[in-house]
Amino acid sequence: MVPLSFAGLDFLAEPQGALWWAAERALLVADLHLEKASWFAKRGQFLPPYDSQATLTALTELVERTGAERLYCLGDSFHDKFGCDRLPEAARALLLALTARLDWVWILGNHDPGFADHCGGRLVEEAEVHGLVLRHEAQPDDLRPELSGHWHPKLRLQVRGKNVARRCFVASPTKLILPAFGALTGGLDAHHPQIMKMVGDRAAALVPVADRLLRFPLAA
Amino acid sequence: MLTRARAGRHALLVAATGAGKTLAGFLPSLCDLAEEPGFDGLHTLYISPLKALGVDVQRNLLGPIGEMGLPIRVETRSGDTPSDRKARQRARPPHILLTTPESLSLLLSYPDSFLLFANLQTVVIDEIHAFARDKRGDLLALSLARLQRIAPTMRRVGLSATVSDPDAYRGWLAPDANEELVDLVIGDPGAEPDLSILVPDGRVPWSGHSGRYAAKQVMELIERHKTTLVFCNTRSLAELIFQDLWKTNDQSLPIGVHHGSLALEARRKVEAAMADGRLRALVCTSSLDLGIDWGDVELVIQMGAPKGSSRLLQRIGRANHRLDEPSQGTIVPGNRFEYLEARAALDAIDARELDPEVFRPGTLDTLAQHILACACAAPFKQGELLAEIRSAAPYAGLQDDVYDRVLQYIATGGYALKAYDKFRRLVEDSPGHWRITKPDVARQHRMNAGIIVDNPMLDVRFKNGRMLGRVEEGYASTLTVGDHIFFAGLSLEVERFKDSDIIVRASAKEARLVTYGGQRMSMTTHLADRVRAFLATPAEWHRFPDDVREWLEMQQRRSRLPEPDELLVETFPFEKRHYMVMYSFEGWNAHQSLGMLITKRMEKAGLKPLGFVANDYAIAVYGLEPIDDPAPLLSPDILEGEFVEWVEQSMLLKRAFREVAVIGGLVDRQHPGQRKTGKQVSFSTDLIYDVLRKYEPDHLLMKAAWEDARARMTELGRLARLVERAAGEMVHVPATRVTPMAVPLMVIVGREALPAGGEADEALLIEAEALAAEAMRED
Repeated sequence: MVPLSFAGLDFLAEPQGALWWAAERALLVADLHLEKASWFAKRGQFLPPYDSQATLTALTELVERTGAERLYCLGDSFHDKFGCDRLPEAARALLLALTARLDWVWILGNHDPGFADHCGGRLVEEAEVHGLVLRHEAQPDDLRPELSGHWHPKLRLQVRGKNVARRCFVASPTKLILPAFGALTGGLDAHHPQIMKMVGDRAAALVPVADRLLRFPLAA
Repeated sequence: MLTRARAGRHALLVAATGAGKTLAGFLPSLCDLAEEPGFDGLHTLYISPLKALGVDVQRNLLGPIGEMGLPIRVETRSGDTPSDRKARQRARPPHILLTTPESLSLLLSYPDSFLLFANLQTVVIDEIHAFARDKRGDLLALSLARLQRIAPTMRRVGLSATVSDPDAYRGWLAPDANEELVDLVIGDPGAEPDLSILVPDGRVPWSGHSGRYAAKQVMELIERHKTTLVFCNTRSLAELIFQDLWKTNDQSLPIGVHHGSLALEARRKVEAAMADGRLRALVCTSSLDLGIDWGDVELVIQMGAPKGSSRLLQRIGRANHRLDEPSQGTIVPGNRFEYLEARAALDAIDARELDPEVFRPGTLDTLAQHILACACAAPFKQGELLAEIRSAAPYAGLQDDVYDRVLQYIATGGYALKAYDKFRRLVEDSPGHWRITKPDVARQHRMNAGIIVDNPMLDVRFKNGRMLGRVEEGYASTLTVGDHIFFAGLSLEVERFKDSDIIVRASAKEARLVTYGGQRMSMTTHLADRVRAFLATPAEWHRFPDDVREWLEMQQRRSRLPEPDELLVETFPFEKRHYMVMYSFEGWNAHQSLGMLITKRMEKAGLKPLGFVANDYAIAVYGLEPIDDPAPLLSPDILEGEFVEWVEQSMLLKRAFREVAVIGGLVDRQHPGQRKTGKQVSFSTDLIYDVLRKYEPDHLLMKAAWEDARARMTELGRLARLVERAAGEMVHVPATRVTPMAVPLMVIVGREALPAGGEADEALLIEAEALAAEAMRED
């Protein structure tokens, strides 16, 4: 994990897309899209039924590594509002263990409004922590510092004829968009006009690598 | 051909291009239909790998049919056929239907296929050499098995260019792989081709692989000949060579460019201009390896190394489609090694030695697609369908348990975790009796069936909507508004991005070339053997230009020329770095893989590797510490742990997985225009691969992807052989400075070098950040 500061606060960023907020003992992740595979399976595309397990295993490891006491999911935690009902046994057990152990906060997204929280945790529309707004989708007209998800930003580059693509954070002075954390979540190019519209033209894509945070200005 | 037909025998006709094969294949059908004017239904099915070929054959058939006044209906069917005509063809079929393997497979997915093909007498398969050994060949072999069951007396007729092992193709064509059932008919070989190597002013450059230094001489050849085809090995090179030729085209001769990523309309236009003799030259790629006969092509030029003798011969055969006159061809080698390769190809052709043809067992993703097609047509019995599948040569050895796994895979995804029982696509009504669960399954299958899986592409268009062609998504993501690209033979400025389109306008500025990812074509093993033999036989060198001969002589003095079985490894310092160059001759693709593996090992051994470069012939790795003993870097155990791990993480297997996931019907194909914009993009098969590798590495599709990687991407096999050779035959020459044979590689260090280590992607990102910072720095 590498240092990332935003709005005067210190975080650590992790390559799969989580933020560790040591001062709050809190982990922040966005767009888990749990049970995405089974949603597609219903429509005849049998994606491996292990996506929730993979995502929740990665989260459990992070919780253990950081000793987190609180966890914020910034929306689209399930791929659809019935996702929670479809969780296979192993994945359900992982989730129950996590929500029992942590102060777990589900912020609702556009994919999972009104999902039933059989698995513990608190459901909120949005949250404010130390002046920091946590919500699913960035609001361009809100001037308070804000953490959000929704766009699944990904940096795509061609270097020496080779395509490189990585999950990335997108940051402006007052907005920080987290990449999707889910195992089967695709990405949208960080340069996409819809992302740029949210963060303005002083934004940068931030990519955590082994020992530091790479910074790519996104000016149009 | 007539005699064989009367006897009801299957037949394989092998003949050079231009020998009138196609018409010979149809003759028995035309005679039949002339004798029996009341024949009702589909009599003959013609299958070719190219849609355009069907259209051309239709034109060639309609001529004689009209002249003889025969009441024979001939129609084509492909993805481009309007749906109302497709429906009519199923209800009231023509006598002769011209189609592709994919369209045939789709026809077989309809319940009425049993009626449609009930009276089928003959199936004619054109250009069989071009696809029998790939997945489209698998699909066709399975479709033939099904057709034979519907119409047991159906005759199979295969048409092929000259191949090295006709009996292997007889076996492929035959029911139950019984080659005895297929008669072999060999056509007139025609005149020997007239081949040469172009060496302008006796000079062959040190490096490069395009032959672009010879643009002026190539233009002169074009001026002297009526019509010329200029073959290039990649789409980017075709654009580059076209640009170079255009700059030296002082007489403004009409020349064009043709490759697989140009818009269909643009290709058709160029092809029509070519057929009418309105073009003096066409710069093209393998997109024209097959296709319409153009009688007027006088000369074929191959830019860069030919890669294989059969391929070269078939390309040269595109010139002068009259059997009694020799085809004329010229090779323009890109560098000195390519000169040797070109010479090897000409020698191989003289010796009538053709590229080896490897038939591999049928692929499982294709099998899954076929079984689902059969299920869409009608419920089936497990045992009966297995017998039918085994009668197709590529699947003769299909094991019961693998077949069962394929069925389970189609039904519910075939996972150990039985999560999807409630969503099944196939269900067993009683043991061994299968059917699809709902009509949606058939609809979904027909939307997604097919064997060609393109990289995700974006359309390049003018503002008025005219499409120029397509570029890969990965490349497109590197473009921004205002960038200039050279594409479809034009300089273009990117105006804006709209959904999945790139809108461009014409521009006069210098522009960068569009590049495409993927594998490069590798030199065949028998050409590699011949090149090795050249190195070891100074008596042959008098045949080479001075440049090449002196280069080899100097190498002999300063280092060593490897014996044919030897693996020469040189080490030397250069500009404060230490180099190791290995002359392995296993092709660019294998060398890329090897470069990654060796630099990883160097890291572990504390040799501080910095990067590597490779071409078809050799690989150079370099680092901060001298390599005193290369042997441990190549010990055979590299193929065990590290190799498997590396392949699993490499793009090689991910790309193979993407293909098997689409062909095998795990994920839906992305149809053009249907791509989501904004919002979140759907899933990527790379992510599916990662999850599957972690939780169910033995899944059927992982097996299929590995088999693809092993069998089709031959470099894996070549890598293994190379490492075996290294164990016994490595000769290490520690040199004090750069050796002559190393120069072609040293020239590209810095230009194409890839950073060392397993985290190459990360290294590239760090480099990109530094570049961005430099570019954005405010002074």
